[in-house]
Amino acid sequence: MKRFFDMYKVEQRIYFRSPDVILFGLAMPLVVLILITMINGNKAAADSGLTFLQSAFVSLTTVGICCTAFMSIPITIVEMRNQGILRRMYCSPCSPARILTCDILSCSIIAITSTIILTVAAVIMEYRMSGSIPMFILVWLLTMISMFSIGLLVASLCRTTKSMNIATSVLYFPMLLFSGATIPAEVFPRGVRAIIKWMPLGIGIDTLKKVSIGKPEGVLVPVIVLAVIAVICTAVSVKTFRWE
Amino acid sequence: MGKECIQVNNISKSFSGRKVVDGLSFNVEKGEVFALLGHNGAGKSTTIDLILGLKTPDTGNATILGMDAGRNRKKVFERVGVQLQNTQYQNLITVEEACVEYASLYKEPADYEELLEIFGLTGLKKNYVSKLSGGEKQKLSVVLALIGNPEIVFLDELTTGLDVAARREVWRTLKHLREKGMTIFLTTHYMEEAEALCDRACLIKSGKKVIEGTVSEIVKESGKSNLEEAYLYFMGEEDLL
Repeated sequence: MKRFFDMYKVEQRIYFRSPDVILFGLAMPLVVLILITMINGNKAAADSGLTFLQSAFVSLTTVGICCTAFMSIPITIVEMRNQGILRRMYCSPCSPARILTCDILSCSIIAITSTIILTVAAVIMEYRMSGSIPMFILVWLLTMISMFSIGLLVASLCRTTKSMNIATSVLYFPMLLFSGATIPAEVFPRGVRAIIKWMPLGIGIDTLKKVSIGKPEGVLVPVIVLAVIAVICTAVSVKTFRWE
Repeated sequence: MGKECIQVNNISKSFSGRKVVDGLSFNVEKGEVFALLGHNGAGKSTTIDLILGLKTPDTGNATILGMDAGRNRKKVFERVGVQLQNTQYQNLITVEEACVEYASLYKEPADYEELLEIFGLTGLKKNYVSKLSGGEKQKLSVVLALIGNPEIVFLDELTTGLDVAARREVWRTLKHLREKGMTIFLTTHYMEEAEALCDRACLIKSGKKVIEGTVSEIVKESGKSNLEEAYLYFMGEEDLL
């Protein structure tokens, strides 16, 4: 265990040195939350039953997940593969699971840090969650694991930096823009919202919103969907892991 | 006869129809310094890849410490250190962090502080690896190859890009390791290096073995006065002499 944590600590430090992580994962959601709240924090967000602050807080807690899952994880692993770092790691007793676990743990800490910062800011702006906080945390963690597994899958399947860039862009930008993680989903027309609802991150956010306002009816199906995504994607990505 | 550490039996490998390694066989004994010599593109790095299990041979087989490295990867590399050509490192990783990370992979790692000291890298511990000079990076890759306290170490062109002084430092360290009984497998383009360090060498051309033996045997067989001349003789480039 100590050996694992030695490696993890190095990876984590490298992550926190990356300007992308600080900018997109930590700073951006905070700035968006403050702006949305300043503009119309207490107005109702369309027909969702949430105010803009309530809606934005929940959505923005997933930006850290989105950035790390669809950018940090695949980029780190694919670059390690292309630069021959994984090839060098192959020539050591290191297991693929160890590399992937270090990466995921580092990204979890970033996503959690991002959410803690947001929560402090939201509480200062007088946000109070009416739903169950432990349940919210559980669904949030499940959403994170599920999104990370998609990121891992991209990392394992993409052979080149180019294909990885395409895959991450296709996942990252639509999820970031349309899933309500930055722009509240409630402002989009109904048709778009129907699609958003079935994007993996959209499923997570929708469920988180329901839980946050204490109306967790019908969250069982999305929770199962997220769990199934996590199991399948993780299994496939570990099976298809390549050193070169 | 010592115990055989590396056994290569008739391995061949083709890439898109071109034979890169062609029926190559040799053995390396415990405690020996062995050099694989040949021109660029002669198949040296591919041979190393085949021995390490990074690639699978089309025919034949290779074992390290009696094991197939591709099938017993973890067991083999707990005892075998490797320095590959052009090893890259993560952006934003420091020298010390690279050492900590690699040391964490082994059950009984060496003291990296000591290794950094030996290779004159102690003062660069806090520097980013990406900011090191070519020679410093090369020395770091040797440190990382030795960090698991290996019994056998593979060094692929380890002194390419080093200045004269740095090369001599590396030689001194390798001689020290040899005295401690480490088996060393290396490739190099510098014949005086092979002459200074190696017990035995194998010369290959287009993936085929040309000659194998102790350095003095190879020189004697060629009728020349040193290994560099013998090398050119066996490579069929006598007109350069």
